[in-house]
Amino acid sequence: MIFLKLFIVFSKIGIFNFGGGYAMLSLIQNEVVEKNHWLTNAEFTDIVAISQTTPGPIGINCATYTGYTSVINEGYPVWAAILGAVLASLSILWLPFILMLTISKFLLKHHQSYIVQSIFRVMRPAIVGLIAAAALLLMSKENFSSWDESPFAFIVSVLLFCFAFVGTRLYKIHPILMIILCGIAGLLIY
Amino acid sequence: MTEQTTYLELFTIFSKVGLFTLGGGYAMVPLMEKEVVTDKQWLNHEEFLDILAVAQATPGLFALNMASHIGNKLKGVRGGIVASMGVAVPSIVIILLIAMFFHAFKGNIYIEKIFRGVRPAVVALIAAPCFSMAKSARINRRNLWIPIVACLLIAAFGVSPIWIILAAGVGGFIYGRITSHHNEEHPIR
Repeated sequence: MIFLKLFIVFSKIGIFNFGGGYAMLSLIQNEVVEKNHWLTNAEFTDIVAISQTTPGPIGINCATYTGYTSVINEGYPVWAAILGAVLASLSILWLPFILMLTISKFLLKHHQSYIVQSIFRVMRPAIVGLIAAAALLLMSKENFSSWDESPFAFIVSVLLFCFAFVGTRLYKIHPILMIILCGIAGLLIY
Repeated sequence: MTEQTTYLELFTIFSKVGLFTLGGGYAMVPLMEKEVVTDKQWLNHEEFLDILAVAQATPGLFALNMASHIGNKLKGVRGGIVASMGVAVPSIVIILLIAMFFHAFKGNIYIEKIFRGVRPAVVALIAAPCFSMAKSARINRRNLWIPIVACLLIAAFGVSPIWIILAAGVGGFIYGRITSHHNEEHPIR
């Protein structure tokens, strides 16, 4: 029964995913391609590419797409596939949701306690380092192109980066507006 | 402010975050901070950093974990569900449409052009708030080594952020135990 299997597999992916997004991809690949043969490797790569160019968490994107495609491949009609997509997406969410809610309740109750505050006093600076690292790691060829590959694309990317950095930092331009502006710029320039 | 928040508002704000987060994960941080901290003031900057740490160290999707906690803080369990659905629903709808009409989307030259412009901007959006966050995190000369070491371990040595958060948590716990003991003996401070 494909629906039950989707539920079990994506519940498992949800709860065993630490670190979100990209860390989750190998887990999904293992379950969806290697073990259950719901998708081929090429199809999986397509989904990753699509996930990177569509909004929302990558885990949800993968779940929705896999849910839809696997049910279609089993020979069910479109409405059943839509159901499969929604089911897979919700399956990935529900266990972490319960866990996070429990932690959230504890936090709201004990947030001001001395020991919890000491923990956060050390965690907060670490998180800043974490985000800086994420930004550094994203300064890659995939996002900026490179000088060897295309000097033009590389310069445009660096300029857009500087524009977005200064715009949000100094002129407090809303991040959503910034994304739209740079999207339009990309459309016009390339 | 908390009393006036409606479920609809909660859903709208989080679906806005979900809709404009490209590539997932940290790309969501600047957007959520702007909407939830700066504009709506549902959380202050310290609380936002705290929940960022907790969401990162908890299994599941980062953005969803943040939404669950913030929703729960404002409107209880139902608020948590509404906020999470806010993040999830736009992605589910968009991917469903793509899965159904895949060939029209794949390799579309205009979409590729748009994203070539957007990608560097997303990196800038992640990098920019580090400086204001440094202030909220009370980074000073004595604890400046913490973000630097954390950043180096992850970016240069490929250490998983989970270990950094857990190590920081354990460090803070030990530090708290030592100093709270100290406080009991010398209750003046």
